[in-house]
Amino acid sequence: MHHSIEIEHLSFSYPDGHPALRDVSLHIAPGEKVALVGPNGAGKSTFLLHLNGILPAPAAKLPVTGQGQVTVCGLPVGQKTLGRVRAAVGLVFQNPDDQLFSPTVFDDVAFGPLYQGLDRADVERRVTSALAAVRMDGYARRVSHHLSAGEKKRIAIATVLSMEPEILALDEPTAGLDPRARRALINLLRDLPMTMLVSTHDLALVRDLLPRMVIMDEGKIVADGPTDGLMKDGELLEAHGLERPA
Amino acid sequence: MHLHFLDPYQHRASPVHALDARVKFVLTLAFILTASLTPVAAWPVYILLLAVILSVEILSGLGVGYVLKRSALALSFVLAALPVIFTIQGQTLFTLPIGAWTLTASVEGLERFVSVALKSWLSVQAAIVLAASTRFPELLQAMRAVGIPRLLAAMFGLMWRYLFVLVDEAMRLMRARAARSGRGTEAGSRSGGSVAWRARVAGGMAGSLFLRAFERSDRIYVAMLSRGYDGEVRALPLPPFTGAGRLSLAAGLAFLGLLLIFGIAFWG
Repeated sequence: MHHSIEIEHLSFSYPDGHPALRDVSLHIAPGEKVALVGPNGAGKSTFLLHLNGILPAPAAKLPVTGQGQVTVCGLPVGQKTLGRVRAAVGLVFQNPDDQLFSPTVFDDVAFGPLYQGLDRADVERRVTSALAAVRMDGYARRVSHHLSAGEKKRIAIATVLSMEPEILALDEPTAGLDPRARRALINLLRDLPMTMLVSTHDLALVRDLLPRMVIMDEGKIVADGPTDGLMKDGELLEAHGLERPA
Repeated sequence: MHLHFLDPYQHRASPVHALDARVKFVLTLAFILTASLTPVAAWPVYILLLAVILSVEILSGLGVGYVLKRSALALSFVLAALPVIFTIQGQTLFTLPIGAWTLTASVEGLERFVSVALKSWLSVQAAIVLAASTRFPELLQAMRAVGIPRLLAAMFGLMWRYLFVLVDEAMRLMRARAARSGRGTEAGSRSGGSVAWRARVAGGMAGSLFLRAFERSDRIYVAMLSRGYDGEVRALPLPPFTGAGRLSLAAGLAFLGLLLIFGIAFWG
């Protein structure tokens, strides 16, 4: 059996020479729920973009330098496997206004399945079940702009659930949500069965939902272990810009 | 906070709203085409066209007042047509001496001007009714159905989606400026700064808006890529056309065609 995510010695620098990832290695088993925490600018978002082959931009010929190997669901991420990799990893971006780019909710949730080449009936079935999974049935014909932040966030998750991915990678899912919307989102994520990698500053969410915690700082993994254990180490958390939840 | 005023759609439960967007789109285009092809001074045809559009306005539940208020937009087009009163030769109406020049207004010129004004006024009304009675996503579908390239329709869709986001962003910038535009407590101190300084601030805001839009477009593209976008615009097949839709389309086109033939036969 293969791992869901296997990262070996991944390094990456942005075109301005700023190194974002330095020799990162990480293995995540199928079904595991992992938190990715660390201060702003630690490289968490950059790391998530590698899971989908968005970085290092292979087609754009940017002078970025990346080394190492990323493997998801047994597929080495590269130019040839991009389509399958992107179907296997559902990436939910931090700002739902970036993720929801279609005129209606339906069009947005149908986008992924359409590009997977499914036929009309399948696309509609996927949209219905994805909206049901995030408890937003009946929103298909709504216009994304008129939704609240919590609703947008859940629709953004539905847009990747409709692709039926094996792995869900979320970037700051609870940022900007009010306590009720945040609670609803946590309950929703708890019910989802897939492998999960959540980049967040919300340590209470980590404690409630994610049994394994990876701390990243300055592009390196500085700690990786059970959440319960790492949460007790106040000094470690503080050293990397984190704070133990009350 | 976000703004709704940009969206011209007005929800009503009316047969005009319920009509298939493709039918409405084609009929609106046909109406505008008929209005523009009708010969000059075919007054009875203009009156019939006005009767048609007024009935649609009443039927749609939008009300004549709503549409007429917005149709003031046509005034700017009318201004552009003003010179034809003086440039067309014909029976002299009056002369206007301006310095060494004399402008001669002709009856034919006036007729042409009034015709152009009426035509643009009618066309703008039709467009307003279409935009107010059709949701934009349905309008996009209609555009695809009549063969507007998918890429263009997709660009309209993205533009419409992010126009609101951009306006919100601009409003936030302006609010942030207003929140820090205080007045000094010292007597006699002038607040607001010099005009040049304020212009520089406004320029900076425009630049920052541009940069944010640029960065956002990058993030949107990444979000599209991560869901499998490969440069090709794909969409679901359009829903089938109903018998009622087909019938209203045929009836509408036939009526407008008759009006046009009538106009060309008697005044062309």
